[in-house]
Amino acid sequence: MNKLSLLGLVSLVIKRDLTLAMRRRADVLTTLIFFVLVVSLFPLAVGSEIDMLRKMAPGVVWVAALLASMLSLGRMFSADYLDGTLEQMLLVPQSLSMLVLSKILAHWMLSGLPLVLIAPVLGLQFDMSGPSLWVLVLALLIGTPVLSMIGAFGAALTLGLRGGGVLVSLLVLPLCIPVLIFGAGAVTAMTSGVSPAPNLSLLGAFLLMSLLFTPWVSAQALRISME
Amino acid sequence: MLEVTGLSCARGEQPLFANLSFVLKAGELMQVQGANGSGKTTLLRTLCGFIQPLAGEIRWQGESIRDLDGEYRSDIIYLGHLNAIKDELNALENLRISSALSGCGVSDSVAIAALRRMGLRGRETFPVKVLSQGQRRRVALARLLVSKAHLWILDEPLTALDVGAVGLMQGLIGEHLGKRGMVIFTTHQTLEVAGVEMRRLSLS
Repeated sequence: MNKLSLLGLVSLVIKRDLTLAMRRRADVLTTLIFFVLVVSLFPLAVGSEIDMLRKMAPGVVWVAALLASMLSLGRMFSADYLDGTLEQMLLVPQSLSMLVLSKILAHWMLSGLPLVLIAPVLGLQFDMSGPSLWVLVLALLIGTPVLSMIGAFGAALTLGLRGGGVLVSLLVLPLCIPVLIFGAGAVTAMTSGVSPAPNLSLLGAFLLMSLLFTPWVSAQALRISME
Repeated sequence: MLEVTGLSCARGEQPLFANLSFVLKAGELMQVQGANGSGKTTLLRTLCGFIQPLAGEIRWQGESIRDLDGEYRSDIIYLGHLNAIKDELNALENLRISSALSGCGVSDSVAIAALRRMGLRGRETFPVKVLSQGQRRRVALARLLVSKAHLWILDEPLTALDVGAVGLMQGLIGEHLGKRGMVIFTTHQTLEVAGVEMRRLSLS
């Protein structure tokens, strides 16, 4: 029997999820457009005072990224749950945690990565300086995978529940507060002339911690939800 | 060999069956019978390891399925009420991905041959969403053809199938049993496999 290696499993699941998303591009685009819209609303609402906008920028972009990533959480497992493919995934001979990790990675590529890539353009709207933009991108690059991982845990727990979509946001948003604080903090530090390194290091620590724990915890939550 | 001893299961607070024991040997076919809500699906899902039983033990080749873990999972194939196929993919992609996930990847030609045998000639690359219910079921059943699992656990495999496909399924099950495989299934239709004595397990 030519069994899949762990790496083979990871690439298979990622490729599958990306193919599925490419056949339903609207889902990917909604997250991105939501992000762009929310960030663009702020200058319209609070006026065009450039100093104030510059100060607000990191917070606004991070809050918008957080909300946008909540939008797509409901879809992480629920489509597979409804058509029975998730049940088959629980039967993979390899570890379920690795499968969940692959699904998280695919989810991040579809919902987190586009935000990271478009963030500098949005930063320009707020007249952010070049170095601050770099820090913003870097902070988002480290922080958004953490959001996907914490989100996966929430999505797995609320799987199959009525009104799960709202519930998952209520469950996950408080857990994401540290990421928000240090993510926005890194950019604010940069704009006020302090080194963003401590904030970024803490974000990195969150990333490692969640890489270690969330796939396993989410896998257990999935098993419970599927009983 | 699948051994079940003293198995008890409940759905929520309601006990479904208690102290259920049976042995399924290589080449044997077993039908689980019972009224709606008697716990047929729960039994099959417990055998897959989705549900933890209240009491009792399930052993595969002499070892508890909990200890065997992945080894057991690569030895079974489960087909539930849901077809477990993605609407966005075509029949061929569905079959290739699902069989790769279950640990036995197949080439395009093998997958196409399996789909053709299931009566889907010419529809291999149609998106699954344009197929009829019966055809979707056939796509799901094609997994059985390419799988190398010894134990087939089939929950209502005949739903939505026409007479021809039911005959095909009977043939497939017969072949699998001939290769010393085992099949445990539920159905409300009649399924008879030539030359094989059907064992029946009644849940009440």
